Amino acid sequence: MPLSKEQVKHVARLARLKLSLKETEEYTRELTTILNYIDQLKSVNTEEVPAWNQSATMENVFREDEIRLSLPREKVLGNAANRDDEYFHVPRVIGR
Amino acid sequence: MATQEEFEPVIGLEVHAQLSTNSKIFCGCKASYGEPPNSLTCPVCLGLPGALPVLNKQAVEFAMRMVLAVGGTIQKRSAFARKNYFYPDLPKGYQISQYDRPLGEGGEIRYRLQDGEERVCRLIRIHIEEDAGKSLHPEHGENFTRVDFNRCGTPLLEIVSGAEMQSPEEAYNYLISLKQILQYLDICSGDMEKGQLRCDANVSVRPVGQKEFSTRTEVKNMNSFKGVQRALRFEIDRQVKLLKSGEEVQQATLLWDEKRQAAQVMRSKEESHDYRYFPEPDLVNLVISDDWIERTRQCLPEMPVARATRFVNQYGIREYDAEVLTDSKSLADYFEEVMAHFDDGQVAANWIQTELLGFLRESGQDINECPFKPQQLADLLARVTSGELSGKIAKSVFADMARTGQDAAVIIRERGLTQISDESMLLAIVEKVLSANQKNVEQYRAGKTGLLNSFIGQVMKATDGQANPHLVSQLLKRKLEE
Repeated sequence: MPLSKEQVKHVARLARLKLSLKETEEYTRELTTILNYIDQLKSVNTEEVPAWNQSATMENVFREDEIRLSLPREKVLGNAANRDDEYFHVPRVIGR
Repeated sequence: MATQEEFEPVIGLEVHAQLSTNSKIFCGCKASYGEPPNSLTCPVCLGLPGALPVLNKQAVEFAMRMVLAVGGTIQKRSAFARKNYFYPDLPKGYQISQYDRPLGEGGEIRYRLQDGEERVCRLIRIHIEEDAGKSLHPEHGENFTRVDFNRCGTPLLEIVSGAEMQSPEEAYNYLISLKQILQYLDICSGDMEKGQLRCDANVSVRPVGQKEFSTRTEVKNMNSFKGVQRALRFEIDRQVKLLKSGEEVQQATLLWDEKRQAAQVMRSKEESHDYRYFPEPDLVNLVISDDWIERTRQCLPEMPVARATRFVNQYGIREYDAEVLTDSKSLADYFEEVMAHFDDGQVAANWIQTELLGFLRESGQDINECPFKPQQLADLLARVTSGELSGKIAKSVFADMARTGQDAAVIIRERGLTQISDESMLLAIVEKVLSANQKNVEQYRAGKTGLLNSFIGQVMKATDGQANPHLVSQLLKRKLEE
């Protein structure tokens, strides 16, 4: 199933990625290859296999509602490109 | 409003309720508000590579309570999904939510309109998901936004109603009722101003008689129940105006601006989100046994309507009073604690509604912040019914109690307020009052017995209201009929 350049641009926009014309072409080609590979899987006969959303056979893995120590703030903010003593800084979000 | 004759609104609400668990939904960070920014995070809620979420069992049980309380169906098998979108307050780049297999389906919310008419709104689904962080918008002149991830991963319950409500007033009362249920279940504090309850509204208007829904818009960012009502009124009027002038309503998301009392388009259909949901591979399915459902059902608390009925039967109070007292769970709890130490339900109901609620309203406090305990109020009321305090003095003791939180006994002692029930002492005052009012005494004896109250009033006045009015009345009658 060939992917269109428009679809690639759309996905890039959703991820807030700016792609050059060349990159768009490259990704269109690469992603199409991946989708073709996935398509091959569709040829497997799954008539006898019930639809399923999970590969793990486990179910109901819980934790009790207990508080654990959080990370120290200095560690949390440690790798941030932009920050102050308390907050992460991100480019100004307009609206919302 | 004249427009109502030709167009009718159709409203559906999506409510997000913060579940009051101790820890977050997929990690052990404390679920708490007002803590120092970015002090409650860990690799899981920050979405660091390799971190794995594990579901908080309490969040599931809270959600089950809600589904059962509104008569919905708990799905035997439910699953989590990733809702992908890019926003700075969402560190993972996706929100873990439920999509095609929500925890609960169906159910209904019953609510009353202002005129007392009961309505029912069906629910479509109830599911659990995680909250996002918080963006703090730039101060003047700054070109960046601050982000606090403390709220990331705190558990939310999303309750989606059918598109069945027909007026802003209905939506308002639906929310009041929903909040009451959440509070009774003890799963959410329900304060919209604090963001513990959030509401998005889907609105469309259609010509009366039309079966199909028209194009709808979504209105967000209301932060009070009245705000929801106002925002809906605004949006309905806007849509009706458009349709009347021959224009079309465009599908869009609008942001309500409480200050300006107006809603503005945030994004249009073309920019609308494309969430690319897919099953969350890091979380296994949630399977709920009949036994688990039954155990949860057994633990459901008594809901408001049932509790009000019981109040009427058990404490002999009026139906209306029972409704007021069960309005909030904490108030109903307070009343019952008073009744554990006192035996006249109607007296307690009256005092709580007039004095206590009046005081709380004036001081802007919540019943949970009440400075005195139910036992203290019970003690004061017992002194009224026993005749130790007159109603008037008791009210002034109440005022002091509300101000200082002190026991009635202490206030009475310090202010020397005990009711005068000493017969010989009162008799002297009675005689004094009567001899000063010879003319009235004659009239009374001639049959004008209605004057008794004015005599009582004078004795009360002469004793600064401390005389036992019942005893005064007896003594007066005795003297007058001598």
